[in-house]
Amino acid sequence: MKRQDFLEHVGWTGAGLAFTIGSMGIIEPIAAGAQTTGFSFVQISDSHIGFHQPANDDVAGTLAKTVAAINALPNQPAFVVHTGDITHLSKVDQFDSAKQILGTLRAPLLTLPGEHDVIGAEGMKNYFAAFGKKDAKDGWYSWDQNGIHFIALVNVFDFETMGLLGQKQLDWLAKDVAGQKSDTPMVVLGHVPLYALYPQWGWTTDDGFKALAMLKRFSSVTVLNGHIHQIITHTDGNIRFFTAAATAYPQPAPGTAEKPGPLTVPKDHLLSVLGYRTVRVDGANGTVADHNLA
Amino acid sequence: MKGMDTIRGALGALTILALAAGGPRPAVAVAATQPAVTVHIANFAFKPSVVTIAAGTTVTFVNDDAEPHTATAMDKSFDSEGLDLHQSWKHSFTKPGTYAYFCEMHPYMKGKIFVTAGGK
Repeated sequence: MKRQDFLEHVGWTGAGLAFTIGSMGIIEPIAAGAQTTGFSFVQISDSHIGFHQPANDDVAGTLAKTVAAINALPNQPAFVVHTGDITHLSKVDQFDSAKQILGTLRAPLLTLPGEHDVIGAEGMKNYFAAFGKKDAKDGWYSWDQNGIHFIALVNVFDFETMGLLGQKQLDWLAKDVAGQKSDTPMVVLGHVPLYALYPQWGWTTDDGFKALAMLKRFSSVTVLNGHIHQIITHTDGNIRFFTAAATAYPQPAPGTAEKPGPLTVPKDHLLSVLGYRTVRVDGANGTVADHNLA
Repeated sequence: MKGMDTIRGALGALTILALAAGGPRPAVAVAATQPAVTVHIANFAFKPSVVTIAAGTTVTFVNDDAEPHTATAMDKSFDSEGLDLHQSWKHSFTKPGTYAYFCEMHPYMKGKIFVTAGGK
C-alpha cells in the first residue's frame, strides 16, 4: 500500500475553514468570509438516521439543523450532495425519516450510498427505493455543470476488502473521463476515501489507485469523501482530497483510539464538530469551506 | 401401597431405558443435543472467530460494539443484516459443513463455523 505524502488534520473555527485551490496545487487557507457570488454546491455526509447512542441522541435534529443552515445561505447552492451513510442500518423507516428532513432543502439533492445504507440485499433495495436515480441504475453517475465534470462514485457495494469500486465501475469511469479535456476541472464524490487514508481502520478504497490513475492527466481534481466523520485534507500531485465532517457524530482521529466508531464529546461541544461544506467555484478558482453547526 | 409404588418406579425406569435404546426421544434429550453457542462481536472481531459445533446447534451473534456489524455467510446461506449495539441474532446450523462468514460493513472481520454431523 502506498504511503500518503502527508496527513493533515484541520481544526474547526466558528466561521469555518476555507482553502483556495491555487493553480500551483497549493491549498492556502483564506478567510472564510471572503465569499464570491460564483457557482457553488454543498456537501453533507454521514447523517446516520436511526442512530441512538450517547455520541448523539438526536441525529434527526442535527441533520435538520444542517438543512436549516444550508437553506439560510444567502447564495443558494446549485445542489446539495449527501456523500453517504444517510441512515444507520438501511431500514425503511430510517430512509423515510431522512427523506423527510432532506426534502426540506431548498436546493436539489443528490445522494451516494455509504456502507450503512446498503447493508445486505434488503438494505440495497431500501436505498434504491428511497434515493435511487433512474439514470444511474448501477448507483454511480456523472454530469457536467458550470464547466466542471462531476463524477459520483460508489465504493461500498463490493466489499471483498474495505472500500472497493469494482471492475465494472472502473470500466465505466475510464469511458466517462475519456472524452474530457485535460483542463476540465474534475470533482469526484464518494463515500469512503479513495486513497489509503488509514487502512488499519479500513479508511481506504482498495482499487482507488486505479481510479486516481485515470484522473492524473487532469490539471485540477478535487475529491470529496465522507465516512470518517472528520475533516482531513491531503494532496497528491494534481489531486486534492477533502474528507467531510458528519452531521451525526465525530469519530476519533486516525490511530488515536483502539478502533474507529462513535466518539462521544461533551454535549455542548457536539455542534462544533458537526457541519457541512460549501464549495464555490469562480472561474479557475475553487474555494472549499467547512462550516460547523455551533 | 408401598409395593405398588416400587412397581411403578421400576416400570418408569424400564420405559426410560427403552427410549434411550432407540425409541422416540423425550423432549429433554432433544434439547440436550441442541446446545446454544454465543459469538460476541467486539472490537471489530468475532469472538471466538472459529467455532466447532454439532449439527442442530443454534449460534447467537451478539454485537457488543457501538458500530453496527453483520454476520453474513460468504455463500449468503445466512445473514444477520445490520446488528446495532447490544442487538443479537440467532441462526440454527442444521447441515454439516464449513461456514465462512464476515461482516458486510467491515469485510476484514471474518469468522468460521465448523458444523459436524455429531449430536446423534
